[in-house]
Amino acid sequence: MDPYEAPDLYRVDEMLDDEERQIRDTVRSFVSEKVMPVIEHHFDAGTFPKELIPEIGELGLLGANLEGYGCAGVSSTAYGLMMQELERGDSGVRSFVSVQGSLVMYPIHTFGSDEQKEQWLPAMATGEKIGCFGLTEPDHGSDPSGMETRAVADGDEFVLNGTKRWITNGSISHVAIVWAKLDGQVRGFLVETDRPGFTARDIPGKWSLRASVTSELIMEDVRIPKSNLLPKSDGLKSALMCLNSARFGIAFGAVGAAQACFDEALRYAKARTQFDKPLAAFQLVQNKLVWMVNEITKGQLLALRLGRMKDAGTVKHYQISLAKRNNVWMALESARKARDILGASGVTYEYHCGRHMANLESVYTYEGTHDIHALIVGQQITGSAAFA
Amino acid sequence: MADTKVLVFCEVQRGRFKKGSLEALSEAKRIVGKAGGGSVVAVAVGNGVGDIAGELKAYGPDRVIVCAPDWLEGYNGEAHGRIVAEIAKSEAPTAILVTATLDGKDLAPRVAAALGVTIATDCTAIDSDGDGRLSVVRPVYAGKAYATIKIADTPQVVSLRPNSVPVAEAEGAAAVETVEPSFGAGDLRYTVKAVNAAKTEKADLTEADRVVSGGRGLKGPEHFSILEELAETIGATVGASRAVVDAGWRPHADQIGQTGKTIAPTLYLGFGISGAIQHLAGMSTSKCIVAVNKDPEAPIFKAADYGIVGDLFEVVPALTEELKKLQADG
Amino acid sequence: MKVVVCCKRVPPTDARIKVASDGSGIDEEGVQFVLNPYDEFAVEEAVKLKEAGKAEEVIVVGVGPADTAAVLKNALAMGADRAVLVKDDAGYRDPLSIARALADAIGAEEGVGLVLCGRQSVDQQSLAVGPMLATIAGMGCVMDVVKVEVGDGTASVHREAEGRSEDIEVKLPAVLTAQRGLNEPRYAKLKEILKAKKKPFAEREFDFGEPRATIEKLSPPPERQAGKIVGDGPGAVPELVKLLRDEAKVL
Repeated sequence: MDPYEAPDLYRVDEMLDDEERQIRDTVRSFVSEKVMPVIEHHFDAGTFPKELIPEIGELGLLGANLEGYGCAGVSSTAYGLMMQELERGDSGVRSFVSVQGSLVMYPIHTFGSDEQKEQWLPAMATGEKIGCFGLTEPDHGSDPSGMETRAVADGDEFVLNGTKRWITNGSISHVAIVWAKLDGQVRGFLVETDRPGFTARDIPGKWSLRASVTSELIMEDVRIPKSNLLPKSDGLKSALMCLNSARFGIAFGAVGAAQACFDEALRYAKARTQFDKPLAAFQLVQNKLVWMVNEITKGQLLALRLGRMKDAGTVKHYQISLAKRNNVWMALESARKARDILGASGVTYEYHCGRHMANLESVYTYEGTHDIHALIVGQQITGSAAFA
Repeated sequence: MADTKVLVFCEVQRGRFKKGSLEALSEAKRIVGKAGGGSVVAVAVGNGVGDIAGELKAYGPDRVIVCAPDWLEGYNGEAHGRIVAEIAKSEAPTAILVTATLDGKDLAPRVAAALGVTIATDCTAIDSDGDGRLSVVRPVYAGKAYATIKIADTPQVVSLRPNSVPVAEAEGAAAVETVEPSFGAGDLRYTVKAVNAAKTEKADLTEADRVVSGGRGLKGPEHFSILEELAETIGATVGASRAVVDAGWRPHADQIGQTGKTIAPTLYLGFGISGAIQHLAGMSTSKCIVAVNKDPEAPIFKAADYGIVGDLFEVVPALTEELKKLQADG
Repeated sequence: MKVVVCCKRVPPTDARIKVASDGSGIDEEGVQFVLNPYDEFAVEEAVKLKEAGKAEEVIVVGVGPADTAAVLKNALAMGADRAVLVKDDAGYRDPLSIARALADAIGAEEGVGLVLCGRQSVDQQSLAVGPMLATIAGMGCVMDVVKVEVGDGTASVHREAEGRSEDIEVKLPAVLTAQRGLNEPRYAKLKEILKAKKKPFAEREFDFGEPRATIEKLSPPPERQAGKIVGDGPGAVPELVKLLRDEAKVL
C-alpha cells in the first residue's frame, strides 16, 4: 500500500515540540501498521477491531491526557494530535478512544471518589475494562434536559430505569456512565453492565461508523449500590464537561480524516490519466484539491490553537464548539470531494474516502450536531440563546 | 602513472571465483590502463584457494597472491579482513577493489578501517584519471539519488555492485605467490560454529543475472510455484516484494527493496507487484524490467521497459510455455 | 555491562527524495527524519537485553546535525537510558569518520560490553560503519545478526549471509550489526515518550579533520526510457518474448 503522507502546507509541524511530534508519529505508525490492514474488513463486517484494544492500551492512548492511575498524562495538544492520527485511520476507532478516555475515564477522574478511581481507571487505561457513556435517549438528543431516566434511592441502593440510545461501545462495555435524574437533578452513576435488569443491544443497519459498536442501553429496575454515584457530578453541566472534552478530540480527529482523504485524492489524481494527462492537471480537479488543502490547513491551525488554549487552561466551550463544527464540516466536504475525484473507485472499500465520508456523517451529528454548535457560538456572540 | 597499483580481493564460493570478483579484476585493468601503466594484484584467501588461483590469470592480473591457511575454511570476516589488510599493508596499493556481495560488504570496511582509510561501497560505476584517482558513483537513498564520490585517502577502497561492469578476459602471466598470515585461528575474536548453506545451486539474489519476483498479486505463498517454474526455465533466482515477506509468504532473504536486497540483474520480471517506491529502489538499476500486473495504473509500469496488463495466473504459464518453446527451437 | 547503540537520523524509506538543485545533497525541505529502521532493531535488542537483566544500561549515540536529537529521543522513549550526540553539521560524512567519532564517544564510556548498530543506514547505505567502528575499537564484529544470546564474556549469534546462515560465537566486547528479522521494534509508549524528556542527554565534540571523501555531485537517478505496454493478457506473451529476444537482447 502507498505510504501515508499527511498534507502540511503551512508547516504546522514546526509549531509542535519534539514530544508532540513523537506522540503523533508513534500513533501514525500504529495506525499505518495495525489499523489500516484490518479496517476494511471490520468496516465491511460491521465489527469493531477489538483485537487492537490491548495494544491501544499498552501504547497509553486510553485516558492519555489524565494524570495518575496508570494514565500517560500527556498535554491536551498531544492528546488532540493522537486523535487526529487515529481518525486518519477510522472515525470508529477514534470514537472508541474518545469515549473510553473523555466520556468515561474523564468523568470518573473528575467526579469520582478515590475508590471509584482506583477501581476503574488503571484497568481502563490498559483497555482491560471498557466503558460507555449514556446521556442521549431515544426521545432526547440535542435537548438532554428532557431526560427521562430516573434513579430512585431505596435503602443502600439506587434503582435505575430508562433507555439510552446511540451509545458507542455499549455492548462491549464493562461499565456505563449513566446520567439520570435523582430527585430532579441530573447525576452520573457507574452501572456495571452485568447487573440484573441491564441490557445493551446493538443498533442494526448502520451505514456509518460500521467499525464501531453503537448500542441501546435498557435499564429496568437496575439496582446499584449508593457508592456507585459519582459524588462530584452536579447537574447536566457535569455531563456537558465530558462532551467538551470529547468534542475537543473530535476537532483534531476530523483533521486526520480530511488529511487521509486529501492524501488519497491527490495520489489518485496524479496517477490516473484521462484524455492523456493526469487528473491532477485538470483545472476542475485542482480546484477541488486546493479547496481541500485550504480547509485542512485552516482546520489544523484552529485545532492547534484550541489545544494551546486548553493546555493554558483558558479554553471556552464555545471555542471548542466552533472548532468541532468547522473541522467536521470541512472533513465531510473533503471526503465528498475526494470521493468525487476518485470516480467509481471512490465507492469501493479499496479506497478510504468513501468510508471516511460515511463515518463523518455520524461525526457531524454526534457530540452536538453541526447546528447545535452554531447555536452555542451564536449565543456567545449575540447574547441570545436560540436553542428553543 | 606507473605506480598505480590496484589490489583486487577475489571472492570464492563453492570452489569458484565469484563473477563479481572477475568484474572487479576487469575494472582494475581498466583503471591501470587509463593511468598509462601500473599493476593489478589479485588476492585470494582461504583453505584450498591455491588450487583454483590459476583461473584468475585469464583476467590479466600482474600478480596473484594467495593466503590459504588450512584453519580457514569458508568465510570469516575477521580472518579474511585481517589477512587482506596485512597483504595491503605490505603491497601499499593505490586502490583496493572488492565485489559488493554480502561477504564483500562485510570484508571491505574491515580492511579499510585496518588501513586507516575510508571506503565507498556498492558502487555502480568507476571513473579514473591518469593518476589512478577514482571517481565512483554509488546509489544512495536506495537508488533515489546517485552520489559521485571522490576519495582523498590512499588506498582508495571501493566495493563494486555485482553486474555493474563487464568482465573482460586479458593476458595474464602471473605466477601464484603464497603468503602466510601473522596470526592463527586462536587469535580471532569470533568463530563460526556452524554454517547452514541454502540448498540451491541458484545464483544469489544480489548477483543473479535474471530475477523473477512476485508480489501480493500472487494471493498466497502456494502460488509462488508458478514463478519458480518460470525461474527454472530461464535460470533465474526468485525474489519477492516487502508485502509478501511481511505476510510471511517468503523469507526475509528474498526481499528486494530498500530494506531488503538491492539487485541489478540483466533481466527482472515482476509479477503482481504494484511497485511501491521502496521496491523500485531495490531493482531500478536492472538492465531490462518487465512487469505484469492487472492494474494498468500500477506504478511499476512507469519503471518497466515492457509491461503486460493482465492476470498473472494466465500470463505466467503462457510465458513459461513460450520460453520453453524458444529454448527448444535453440 | 553497558550496551551502546549507534543511531542515525534518515529520511523515511517511503519519502520522495529530491536532489537539491545545486547537486550538493538532498532537498531537506519537508523531510521528516526518522530513526534509521535498522537502528530501531538495534535499540529494541538492547532494551530487551536490559529487560532480561543482561545489560545494566543502554546508551544511544548519534553523529549528526542538531536534529539528530529527535531520533535519539525516540530511542530513549523505546527504553534506552541516556543519549550522547556528537554534533556534526557536515552534509556528508564518510563512513570511517563516522566510525571514528562513534569509537571516540564509546571510548569515553566504561564497561561497554556490546555495541549494536543497524546493518546499514537507509540513506547512505554503506554497511560500513559497524565493522569500521569495531576495527578501530579493537572489538570483534559480526554483521547481519538475526539472533543474539549474551553469555558470560561471549555472545552466540545467528547471522544471515548470502546463500547461507551461520552460528557464531564472538568474544565481548563486540560490535553486532542488526539485520531485519532480529526482532519487532516496539512502539514508544506515551508514558515513555514523556519520561524520555527527563533522561540524560549529553553532547560531545569530535575533530573530524580534513574530509576523507567528498560528494562531488548528487544526481537524480538516470531517467529510464518510457516503457511500453506490450498488450493485455496472455495473448501478449509471444510479442513480449520476441521483444526480449530481439530488441532488449536479454534472452
